[in-house]
Amino acid sequence: MGAEPIEGGFGLYVHWPFCAAKCPYCDFNSHVRAAVDQRRWTRALLAEMSWHAARTPGRRLDSIFFGGGTPSLMDPATVAAVIDAASGHWNLADAAEITLEANPTSVEAGRFAGYARAGVNRLSLGVQALNDPDLNALGRLHSATEARAAFDMARTIFPRISFDLIYARQGQSLAAWEAELDAALGMAADHLSLYQLTIEAGTRFGELHARGRLRGLPDDDLAADMYALTQQRCAAAGLAGYEVSNHARPGAEGRHNLVYWRYGEYVGIGPGAHGRYVRDGQRLASATALHPETWLAATETRGEGLSADDPIPPAEQAEEYLMMALRLAEGASLARHRRLGGAPLSALGDLQAEGLLSRDADRIAVTDRGRPVLNAVLRALLA
Amino acid sequence: MTEPRHIRNFSIVAHIDHGKSTLADRLIQMTGTVSDRDMKEQLLDAMDIERERGITIKANTVRLEYKARDGETYVLNLIDTPGHVDFAYEVSRSMRAVEGSLLVVDASQGVEAQTLANVYQAIDADHEIVPVLNKVDLPAAEPARVREQIEDVIGIDASEAVEISAKTGVGVPEVLEAIVTRLPAPAGDRDAPLKAMLVDSYYDAYLGVVVLTRVMDGVVKKGDRIRMMKTGGLYQIDRLGVFRPAMVDAKDLGPGEIGFLTASIKQVRDTAVGDTITHEKRQCDKALPGFKPSVPVVFCGLFPVDSAEFEDLRDAIEKLQLNDASFSAEMETSAALGFGFRCGFLGLLHLEVIRDRLEREYNIDLITTAPSVIYQVHLRDGEMIELHNPADMPDPATVERIEEPRIKATILVPDEYLGDVLKLCQDRRGVQLDLTYAGSRAMVVYDLPLNEVVFDFYDRLKSVTRGYASFDYQMIGYQEDQLVKMSILVNDEPVDALSTMVHRARAEARGRAMCEKLKQLIPQHMFKIPIQAAIGGRIIARETISALRKDVTAKCYGGDVTRKKKLLEKQKAGKKKMRQFGKVDIPQEAFISALKMDG
Repeated sequence: MGAEPIEGGFGLYVHWPFCAAKCPYCDFNSHVRAAVDQRRWTRALLAEMSWHAARTPGRRLDSIFFGGGTPSLMDPATVAAVIDAASGHWNLADAAEITLEANPTSVEAGRFAGYARAGVNRLSLGVQALNDPDLNALGRLHSATEARAAFDMARTIFPRISFDLIYARQGQSLAAWEAELDAALGMAADHLSLYQLTIEAGTRFGELHARGRLRGLPDDDLAADMYALTQQRCAAAGLAGYEVSNHARPGAEGRHNLVYWRYGEYVGIGPGAHGRYVRDGQRLASATALHPETWLAATETRGEGLSADDPIPPAEQAEEYLMMALRLAEGASLARHRRLGGAPLSALGDLQAEGLLSRDADRIAVTDRGRPVLNAVLRALLA
Repeated sequence: MTEPRHIRNFSIVAHIDHGKSTLADRLIQMTGTVSDRDMKEQLLDAMDIERERGITIKANTVRLEYKARDGETYVLNLIDTPGHVDFAYEVSRSMRAVEGSLLVVDASQGVEAQTLANVYQAIDADHEIVPVLNKVDLPAAEPARVREQIEDVIGIDASEAVEISAKTGVGVPEVLEAIVTRLPAPAGDRDAPLKAMLVDSYYDAYLGVVVLTRVMDGVVKKGDRIRMMKTGGLYQIDRLGVFRPAMVDAKDLGPGEIGFLTASIKQVRDTAVGDTITHEKRQCDKALPGFKPSVPVVFCGLFPVDSAEFEDLRDAIEKLQLNDASFSAEMETSAALGFGFRCGFLGLLHLEVIRDRLEREYNIDLITTAPSVIYQVHLRDGEMIELHNPADMPDPATVERIEEPRIKATILVPDEYLGDVLKLCQDRRGVQLDLTYAGSRAMVVYDLPLNEVVFDFYDRLKSVTRGYASFDYQMIGYQEDQLVKMSILVNDEPVDALSTMVHRARAEARGRAMCEKLKQLIPQHMFKIPIQAAIGGRIIARETISALRKDVTAKCYGGDVTRKKKLLEKQKAGKKKMRQFGKVDIPQEAFISALKMDG
């Protein structure tokens, strides 16, 4: 059977919603449970996967991503079962990227080899900070020493490793971040995700912030300086920013996330997972029940835990495409935007004149000046 | 027709939240006027906007029938009135239409400013006043202290105040009994020529204008030909009746009765509050005293945020005018805002009420420009222009002098706040005319420019006196002063809708305050934006909004585009509430908020 490559790629996202503890900044769909019946969860994930697979036959699968929550709490057997099932449903590309997000605790590091045997070939470590007081403030359960040890071990096991840091933290100075970033670059990973701390409603930080109790956050100017410094330092170290918050050596970009950003297609399984794929000529947006037990019960009775499964109107597809693609340094294709159903972008000329967007024939991209204000650029572009 | 001795007419005087509407609801319920099934909260406050703000704007009336403990049945007419200084005249007319008042005071809060302003109106109208202490069931209630306060501050006997809980209904039967036994029956001669007061009117899509009236002398019947003594209109009565609170037809209305009439009157404009209604043929010899025509004193521009909604705005204004004669509107063009209307109001609350109704009931997003008064601009060639809009200010070189309207403001305030009140009046260019004491309360009289009062004076007064001041004013005429037009430039472009007339000596402080305010109100853009205040070509104040440096979503969660899209939609909706000036988006509320002074 001939594998059919999909424009922008085709990926599978697997959401494991459980965490050992909830971090105060995190507004992802994560839940703390005393015990999880991994076999039961495996069955449910496989059931939902086959439900979607029946609607997306014959595709070449370019990537699998285990996200969470904390996927490094999954049994390697669970991960193996998911990967095996996926390669049975779709044509797993030879160079398929299979990523798992992991916390760098010693307990979890003990499972790394098992994940590699299951087929995981890329590990994304949630290091978040390289000093203990900040790790503590972020509610992380690991120490900086533990994180480095986990990283060193992962390097001997996985061909590709990335790690995450959160910056623009409480009380962080520009100089402190510079030193920490240099240390991170010195660890010689080929991929770094560097996120500025965002205070989200519904988190503990959000609540403290609303009450004026979250002190020492950088103001917009300092945050902008930190962002600019991050771009320069990473580029100088050979890890250019290929997306708003992601840096890689050429060729080492995270392919799974590129599927999202290139507005490819993806199936999302597990609680609170999102999907976007074309069926019968219509691009559908799917989402599943957020609450783990709700999702589990629904999937066990119906074979899927969907809370939404709706066609996306063409104009919205075009809008979504720009919102995602302009996060990338490579930018967006005007022809694809038009093909999806986008109206001409009347603000393009102004944004170019202001030096926020650049255009090279069919491609538009935000400039170094436009990237830190991408939301404002999008507001102008999509108004 | 009911015999006057079986009629009691009353109003309820209370501060906001002291339970006026709840008590009215209980009275309606306990007299069986409305079945429990049809009962809803705050029955007399019909409009949403009134419910939300907890104020009643138009006079409302309801007729209750009550079988008293003496075995006789009485008709009790309640007139519910607005409590704001903008409507002081309307309140005074309603007060003249009844003989007594219930003074409702929250037993846990005590007497407050608004209560005072209205209770003095009641005293002025020679009312018998029955004090009612509400919320006595609350743990914080202090009926004895509040009773004493009523006696000290207002100077009326509170020893027989009725203690109630309007919420639970406790004590409400005693209120009904007190209305019958303590309030006087109306006087009036049924054989005299008809003399009735036009208390209020409103427009009804089916009936035309409905007039709310109180008969003083004589009898009015369906089919009668009547004359409005001040406006001169002649009409034939189509329908006559009472509010229970729904309209119920009646054969006639005699002395002491309060009810409604319709007479094919086309617009509310033809019915002036306070006018005297008499028969066309057999006229009464003298109209009721105290009539005043209603004249708008505050003007502002109303513009649709979306200029395509101009026609919708025109329709909405016309509809609202059917029901509100004191609200005027003329088409206006602004270089910055396009087509809109220059509208006149009785005061700032009136302005806000109308604006909110346009936005809410007609779903039009509006930009409201700086409120202004009418300036008399005397030109060198001897001509005089009435300036309603600072944007229309002629070239200063052609102007000989500018006169502005001034008012006599009377403020009653507990003496501990007197210093703050005097400072406020001085800051607003006031000239003190009088200062006297009544017990622990001071009464200050100031000559003030209306311009300084229309905007946020009342808010400031309430805030510096913690609500314990009452305020009333009357126009006293025009006076020359050193007035100049101050323009605001945003990103080097003048925004005409932000122009104001200011006193020369205060221009700089005012300009600085406005620039600072605008700096907070206008969101950051991708470029820096200078904001300047200028008199003629001279810049007197300047602020700069720095360019936006960071606005990007750091992380997208597992391909969840939906969430990012929602954020963008929210931002786009916010942008719709702004108006673009050159390259700068100015939020609609900026035009009013820029003028509010905190200090």
